[in-house]
Amino acid sequence: MIRSLYIFRASIIALLATLAVCLSGVALADWAPKKPVDFIIMAGKGGGADKMARLMQSVIEQHGFSSKPFVPINKPGGSGAEALVHLKQKQGDDHTIMVTLNSFYTTPLRQPGLDVDISTFAPIGRMAEDTFLLWVHSESGINNVDDFVAAAKAAGNDWVMAGTGSGQEDQLLTTFLNKAYGLDIKYVPFKGGGAVAKQLAGKHCNSTVNNPSEQLGFYEAGTTKAIAAFTPERLPLFPDAPTFRELGQDYVYFMQRSVVGAPGMSAEAEAYYRNVFAQVYASDEWQAYMQKKSLRGGFLTGGALKSYWAAEKAIHEQMLKDIGEI
Amino acid sequence: MRRAELIMALVLAVFSAYLMWKSAELPIGWIPGKGPGGGAFPFWLAAGMFGCCVWIVVRWIRRSSPVSNSTERYMKADMRRIVIVVACSLAAMIGSIHIIGVYFSVPLFLLFYMRFLGAHRWSTSLSIGLLTPVVTFFFFEIALHITLPKGYTEPLFYPLYDWFM
Amino acid sequence: METLDLLSQGFGLVLQPLNIALIIGGCALGLFIGAMPGLGSVNGVAILLPMTFLVPPAGAIIFLAAIYYGAMYGGAISSIMLGIPGASTAVATTFDGRPMALKGEADRALITAAGASFIGGTISVILFTLFAPPLAEVALAFGTAEEFALMMLAFATFVGLGGDDIPKTFFSIFIGLALSAVGLDIISGEPRLIFGDLPGFFHGINFLVLAIGIYGIGEILWTIESSGGKVTISQANITVRRIMDNLRGLASSAKAIIMGSFLGYFVGILPAAGATPGSIMAYGVAKTISKDPDSFGKGNVDGVAAPEAANNAASTGSMLPMLTLGIPGSPTTAILLGGMVIWGLEPGPMLFVDHQDFVWALIASLYVANVFALLINLLFIPGFVSVLRMPFTILAPIIFVLCVIGGYAPTQSMHDVWLMLVFGVVGYLMRKLDYPMAPAVLAIVLGPLAETSMRQSLLISDGSFMIFFSRPISGPIMLVAIALFLLPLIKRLRERGGRTT
Repeated sequence: MIRSLYIFRASIIALLATLAVCLSGVALADWAPKKPVDFIIMAGKGGGADKMARLMQSVIEQHGFSSKPFVPINKPGGSGAEALVHLKQKQGDDHTIMVTLNSFYTTPLRQPGLDVDISTFAPIGRMAEDTFLLWVHSESGINNVDDFVAAAKAAGNDWVMAGTGSGQEDQLLTTFLNKAYGLDIKYVPFKGGGAVAKQLAGKHCNSTVNNPSEQLGFYEAGTTKAIAAFTPERLPLFPDAPTFRELGQDYVYFMQRSVVGAPGMSAEAEAYYRNVFAQVYASDEWQAYMQKKSLRGGFLTGGALKSYWAAEKAIHEQMLKDIGEI
Repeated sequence: MRRAELIMALVLAVFSAYLMWKSAELPIGWIPGKGPGGGAFPFWLAAGMFGCCVWIVVRWIRRSSPVSNSTERYMKADMRRIVIVVACSLAAMIGSIHIIGVYFSVPLFLLFYMRFLGAHRWSTSLSIGLLTPVVTFFFFEIALHITLPKGYTEPLFYPLYDWFM
Repeated sequence: METLDLLSQGFGLVLQPLNIALIIGGCALGLFIGAMPGLGSVNGVAILLPMTFLVPPAGAIIFLAAIYYGAMYGGAISSIMLGIPGASTAVATTFDGRPMALKGEADRALITAAGASFIGGTISVILFTLFAPPLAEVALAFGTAEEFALMMLAFATFVGLGGDDIPKTFFSIFIGLALSAVGLDIISGEPRLIFGDLPGFFHGINFLVLAIGIYGIGEILWTIESSGGKVTISQANITVRRIMDNLRGLASSAKAIIMGSFLGYFVGILPAAGATPGSIMAYGVAKTISKDPDSFGKGNVDGVAAPEAANNAASTGSMLPMLTLGIPGSPTTAILLGGMVIWGLEPGPMLFVDHQDFVWALIASLYVANVFALLINLLFIPGFVSVLRMPFTILAPIIFVLCVIGGYAPTQSMHDVWLMLVFGVVGYLMRKLDYPMAPAVLAIVLGPLAETSMRQSLLISDGSFMIFFSRPISGPIMLVAIALFLLPLIKRLRERGGRTT
C-alpha cells in the first residue's frame, strides 16, 4: 500500500517535472524568471528606500518589464544586517535581488562578524543618488550657514540634531559639521526620515540633514527651509541653498539607491535584471520622480558599479574611523 | 502541580539570568548626559523577571499561592500523550516545510490529524487535506503575491506560475 | 459651509459606479485579508499597491482605503472566531470576544464588533471632516516626551488586566518588555540580544509571532487538553431576527462605543502611536468605568465594543498626520503614503491646498466605505459562525495550518514560525500554572515605543527626567498615568484597612 502510494507520487512528480522542462524549454534562449522574484528591501515599510522600491515594482508591473512579478519583502533588521546575511545565504540564487542604501557599506564595516563581502554581490544597477541638505525651522531666524554656526555655538551641547539611525548617514553628516565648524551638536537618532522631519516641523529639534523627499511637504508649506546642500553643485529645486563647497568646505555626500543581486547569480539572470532596471531608469515615471525629489546620478551597472562601491566603501570606512565607530 | 510550579519557576529563573548576562553585552549602566545604555532596559527587566521567580519560589515554600497548594496532577497521563503527539506532529510539519515545502507538508499534516487523531472518514480527510493547499496557493501566491516556502518541490510550481501569472 | 461644498463634491466623485465598485471590492477583499491570522491591513495595502495603476489616483486611494477599512473589520473576526488577533490592533478584542464565542455568543460578538466599528469609523470621519487642520497642530506638538507619557498612560490603563497572582503578572509584563528589546538598539545602533547569533533575531520579535503562538497554538493545545480533544465549540444559531436583536443590543454598549471612538481617534492622530495603543487603552478604560469590571475577560460585550470602536476610529485618525503632515501614523498609512508618492501627489501641509479634490474624495470614500464594510461584514457573519460548527478535530488542524502560514507571511522567514511554535508550547505550559499571558502580549507591542521615546527624551534633556513633567502636554499626561498606576494600590490599601478595623 505504502509502496504503491510512493510509486504513484513519484510518477506524478516525474510527470510534472517533464512538463516543467517542456514549458521552460521554450524560453531557454533568453533567460527569464521562472517564479516571482524576491525583491528584498533592506529597510522598513514606509521609509525612503521602501517607497522607492515600491515605485520600481509598480513601474515594472505597469509596463510589463518582467513576466513574473517582483515581490517586495522588507528585512530592516539590524540596519540591514538581516537583509545582507539573507542575500549572502542565497548564494547562486537567480530569483533574489535587493534594493540597498548606504547601510550596504556601513553595516558590514560596523559588524565584521556578519562576514559579508559586498564586492561579491551581483552589480545590477545604481538607480539614483539621493541628496542631503541642512534644514532648520523657518521661525528660527537662521538664514544661512553663518547664522547656523553662530546659533549652534551659542547653544553648545543643547543644540539638537535629529537624524535617522545611529552610525549612519545623518550622524556622519553631523560629525562633519561638528568638526568643520568647531560645534558640539547633540545627535538624537530616530527611526525614519519622516519622523525626523516631523521633529523639526514641531520644533522638537533644532536642525536636520534630511533628504529632500522627506522635508518637501514642510518646505513647500513654508515650515522649514534648507540653508545648505551636501552636493557638488546647487540643486535646481533649492537654488538659494549654497553647497558646502561654495562655503569653503570640500565635502559632498550622497545616498546611493542601487539594486544588487545575490552573490554568484548566473550571468544570464544578471543580464536580465540589468535590462529590467535600465528600462525602469529610463521610464517617464522614474525620471519624473528623480526630478521631483531632487535625486541625481546616472544609471551605473557592471564593473562601473563595482568600482563605485569600492570607492564609496573606502570613504565610509574612513568616516566611521573618524567618529570612532570602528 | 506543586512540583511543576517549582520546576517552571526555576527554569524561568535560569532563563532570566541568561537574559541578564546576554543584555550585559551592551552597556547596562547610566551614561552621564545620555541616559541609560543600550543593555540597561533588557538587563533590569530580566532582573525583574528573576526577582519575580524568587518571589514565586518563596510563595511556593510558604504554600501561599493556589497552584503551589494544589494536589492535582500537572497533566493527566492520557492527556499528556495527546498533547505531545499534537505538538510533535506540528513540529514535524514545520520541519518538513524546509524539505518538501508548505504544499506537501500541510496536506500530510491535515491527513494525519483528521484521519488518525480525529478518526474522520478517509473521504472527509482527503478532501479537506487536498483542498486546503489549493485554496492557499490561489489566495497567497496568485491573489496576494506572497510566496510560501517550497523546499525541493519548487520546480513543480514553475508551470503553475506560467499559467496563472 | 465651504467644507460641506467640498465634501459634497467629494461624494460626487466617490459615488461614480467605478468607484463604488472599487469600494465594494476593496472592503470584501480587506475583510478576508484582515480575517486571516497574520495578515493585516498592512499586507493588504502593500500587496495591492501596484495594481492601483490601473485606475486614476483618486480611485486608487479609494480602493486602498476600502481595503484598510475592510481589514480593520476583518481583524475582529479572527480575534473572536479563532481567538487569534490577526493584527496588533485587534489584540484587545480577543480578551472578551473569544470567551463570548466559546459561550455560544459568537454572533453577538461579531455583530457588536461590526456595529461598534461602524460607529467608531463614522464618528472619527466626522471629526476628521470638521477638525483636520487644528488637530494636525496637536499631532505636531507631540514630541518624544509626549509619546513616552502617552505610553505610560497606555500601561496604566492595563495595570488591572493581569491575573490574581501578582508575581506572575509582573513576570509576564517584564518578559514581554524584555523580549521587545530583541533586535537593534536604535539609539546606539548596536544589535542586541541576538540569541545564538541567528540572523532571524535581527528584526526583533514580531508581536504577531508571540500572539499567534500563545493565542493560536497555545490556546488549541489548552482546549485539546482540557476537553480531551473531543469538543465542539458551543454553537451559535443565526437568524435574521437574532441579527436585528443583536444590533438593537448595541445601545446597551453605547457608552463604551462612544468613549472608544473618541479615545481611539485622538490617540490615532498622534504619529507613531497608531491604532494599537488606542484600542488597548479603550479596553482598559471600558473596564475601569464599567459597573461590572470583574466580568471583563469572561465575555463582557463592552470589552468587544470599546476596542473595536477605538481601532476603527484610530485608523481614520492615523490618516490625519499622513495627509496633513506627510507622516505615517501607522505602518499601513506608511504604505499609503508611498502610494501617494507613486501617483505623483505630495502628502504634507500643501495637500489640502493643492489637491483638494483628491483629499475630499478620500474623506467622502471613508464615509461610503464604512457603510459598505458594515453591510458586507453582516452578510458574511452567518458564514463565519457556521465555521464554528465544524468538529474540533477538523477545525484544530486547520487553525494550526493558518497559524503556521500566518506566522510566515509577514516576514517571510521560517525562523519566526519556529519561534511561534516555541512560544505556543511554552506559553501553554506556563498558562497551566496561572501565568497570565495578556500582559506579555501587550508589553511586546508597547515596549519598543516606550523605550525609544524615553531614551530619545533623555538624550535631549541630558539625562534629566524632568523633561517628562515640565512640558505643557507631557506633564499632565504623566500625572494622570501615575494617578492611574496608584489607583488600584490605594483601593487595595483601603480594602485592607476596612477589613482590619
